[in-house]
Amino acid sequence: MRFTSHRDFARAFERALRRAAVPVAFSQGFTPHPKISYASAAPTGVASEAEYLEVGLQATVDPEQLRVALDAALSPGLDVLEVVVAAGGSLAERMEASYWRIELPDVDPEVAQRAVSAFVAADEVQVERMTKQGRRTFDARGAVTRIDVLPPVETPSGAADSSCAILELVVRQVTPSVRPDDVLSGLRVVAALEPPVSPRVIRLAQGMLTAQGAIVDPLDADRDGAAIGEH
Amino acid sequence: MTDDAVGLPPHRDSELSVWPRLEALLPQVTKPIQYVGGELGAVVKDWDAATVRWALMYPDAYEVGLPNQGVQILYEVLNELPDVLAERTYAVWPDLEQLMRTHGVPQFTVDAHRSVRRFDVFGISFSTELGYTNLLTAIDLAGIPMRAADRTEADPVIVAGGHAAFNPEPIADFIDAAVLGDGEEAVLEITTIVREWKAEGSPGGRDELLLRLARTESVYVPRFYDVDYLPDGRIQRVVPNRPDVPFRVHKRTTMDLDAWPYPKKPLVPLAETVHERYAVEIFRGCTRGCRFCQAGMITRPVRERSITTVGQMVQQGLEFSGFHEVGLLSLSSADHSEIGDMCSGLAEQYAGTNVSLSLPSTRVDAFNIDLAQELSRNGRRTGLTFAPEGGSERIRKVINKMVSKEDLIRTVVTAYTNGWRQVKLYFMCGLPTETDEDVLEIADMAHEVIRAGRAATGSKDIRCTVSIGGFVPKPHTPFQWASMSAPEVIDGRLKLLKQAINADRSLGRAIGFRYHDGEPSLIEGLLSRGDRRVGAVIHQVWRNGGRFDGWSEHFSYQRWVDAAAETLPAFGVDLDWYTIRERDELEVLPWDHLDSGLDKDWLWQDWQDSLSQYEQDDCRWTPCFDCGVCPSMDTEIQIGPTGRKLLPLTPVTALKVPTAAQQ
Repeated sequence: MRFTSHRDFARAFERALRRAAVPVAFSQGFTPHPKISYASAAPTGVASEAEYLEVGLQATVDPEQLRVALDAALSPGLDVLEVVVAAGGSLAERMEASYWRIELPDVDPEVAQRAVSAFVAADEVQVERMTKQGRRTFDARGAVTRIDVLPPVETPSGAADSSCAILELVVRQVTPSVRPDDVLSGLRVVAALEPPVSPRVIRLAQGMLTAQGAIVDPLDADRDGAAIGEH
Repeated sequence: MTDDAVGLPPHRDSELSVWPRLEALLPQVTKPIQYVGGELGAVVKDWDAATVRWALMYPDAYEVGLPNQGVQILYEVLNELPDVLAERTYAVWPDLEQLMRTHGVPQFTVDAHRSVRRFDVFGISFSTELGYTNLLTAIDLAGIPMRAADRTEADPVIVAGGHAAFNPEPIADFIDAAVLGDGEEAVLEITTIVREWKAEGSPGGRDELLLRLARTESVYVPRFYDVDYLPDGRIQRVVPNRPDVPFRVHKRTTMDLDAWPYPKKPLVPLAETVHERYAVEIFRGCTRGCRFCQAGMITRPVRERSITTVGQMVQQGLEFSGFHEVGLLSLSSADHSEIGDMCSGLAEQYAGTNVSLSLPSTRVDAFNIDLAQELSRNGRRTGLTFAPEGGSERIRKVINKMVSKEDLIRTVVTAYTNGWRQVKLYFMCGLPTETDEDVLEIADMAHEVIRAGRAATGSKDIRCTVSIGGFVPKPHTPFQWASMSAPEVIDGRLKLLKQAINADRSLGRAIGFRYHDGEPSLIEGLLSRGDRRVGAVIHQVWRNGGRFDGWSEHFSYQRWVDAAAETLPAFGVDLDWYTIRERDELEVLPWDHLDSGLDKDWLWQDWQDSLSQYEQDDCRWTPCFDCGVCPSMDTEIQIGPTGRKLLPLTPVTALKVPTAAQQ
């Protein structure tokens, strides 16, 4: 599912709404669109356990019933974890930071640790990425509030017999956005870290950022009260 | 029954999956989602619990192949059998092909990512001959020997189907068998034969299995036939080289489409594809008799699906898939005996929802506009397409497309006055007997359409697009004997046409012009009427990097010309011999031993009628004209009306929450 692009997901989600007979509200106009807003979607190629979106409805439905109906209507691997009634305010604005895990198969954790230390020691790390506007250079360091190398363990995805470095990091939502692959570019810039195999990236959480650097569940503000998480 | 029967070691399911190795490559390729599978409607079964295992391929990119109706239908029909497993595979793009070669990842199915070589049967559906090079890539990536003669019991039986299989001779060296005609029952019959053969302990090996298939008289096994040639390069004869094999192989015809309401569970992909709709075939076959149209000739007789079955399929298909577009498919949809009631009934049922209905392949008359109006009740009137096919009255008589210029203009103007702003007109270039004048009349017609449209609507805001396709003579049509025009002739005519359209600048501004170059059509012509010797050309093109020949950005005319020049002279023939040469009545054609039901004498007579511009009526409304299909295939025309109507749907108001039992 990590190879699903945001557009692919959006189409699948709209079809799921129809299959589940969800009474979605539509925009006015010549080509009415269902009222759905997606908050800070994960990039293509990245797995996620924490995606959020809002749906406008024409009628009141039971949130748990809606969760079960939508979950059943979506492909396996796209799971609806929770549905709450929106208390108001912008969901997108609550997405202040994301918590990511990056697995680097065939990378020695000690090598990774040296690269991370060099990255942390730098005030800024300029990286390049192709964007829709063309090639852009920006700082990948400033938005990273925390980055650690986990102690070596077997990877859950099975690359157990070779060494595998696992990084966990918290990155603030900034413009231009700093994505996990930008941080990896940063590690290449500061320490010439070149993963021999494609890294596996997963978003573990996103939400508001506390002063202590913890991430707060963005649905706390609406709990018991419609946003939906999927991974 | 396990793999032991075919002499393979037992293995575990997980060992068959190439997913872990494939997944590591996907971040490096474009649109990786197309290789992931997991579509709604996809079926993954236990490998060891299945007796007969099919890999089905549409030999083009996933975005084109996934919506293919034929593959979806066979996939569902096969997977409904408890002891049968069917999975799908598509052509991989060159970026992934390269990586698969480097990392030793074989051609895989998207369902459970199993290696294609491990299946019992590998079925490939060809709608066009330009997919042949992709077949070779798939065979090679699968690790299957390229030549059928070199395969062993460790390899699947490769079966070609689809319209191009009506002349599979150019790929005869690479396939083990071909099936002509409708696939629904054919796949079941093949499955039964494979199942029995395996249960008996695979007696006689691969040869015996192929022989059993050939004895059905509806599965063609090229290796059991020898082709002899005359000194001048023409075919002398095609004869069986062993007893027990039929002289002619007959096409399959599935009667009573109401008994085969597929797809019931259409595949709904996560990736974007060319058609995102629930498509239902409202009838199969066509007797309009357009002489260039292979589909219309080889799918006779007309068999309608009843209005009520269509209604039910649409309802269930939408509910299952969540699609919001419905396509009512056939070769000439407005010809269904109850099309009026069907369109108004569906429009009524889905009024006020966001479901849109479309009716491709319609004819040029006012009735068609009524239907289009019905279907676009709550939607936009963006575009309508009409296909007069030929520019002049004379050439339309040659191709038997009976529509007058006056009718066409009247119809298009009606469309404009009913709110459509954009009309597309489809023509062909390179038709038999065609002259520059025939093509230039397309410009007159387009000018007149715009002039009349502006007068009728009082508006300058109307447009028409002239779209031109290249004519390719196809086997089993009256034009199977015709010569093709050289690409330079086609391109020259298109250039003249473009100048003629723009000669009047005011009118020309409102006319769009789209066309295909003559070169790809010539190669399609080589492949469609080729014999076994053309296999050498295909193989050479593939070795030189030919892939995705249906895509203009991948197609290389020069590569085909070079490969033909390298391989064909050894046989005393060349590219022109296959394409621009006209055949005479007595020539043995490469597909004469393959029976589409059409009587060759009738086809020749229709070809002669064409040259004298004599038109042929439709046998649904006029007496039978003896094309030969019904008596030789023991079939009949199946059309309505049934007199039934579509009833209003009960609106769904509650959320569809699955019960615990279904979870």
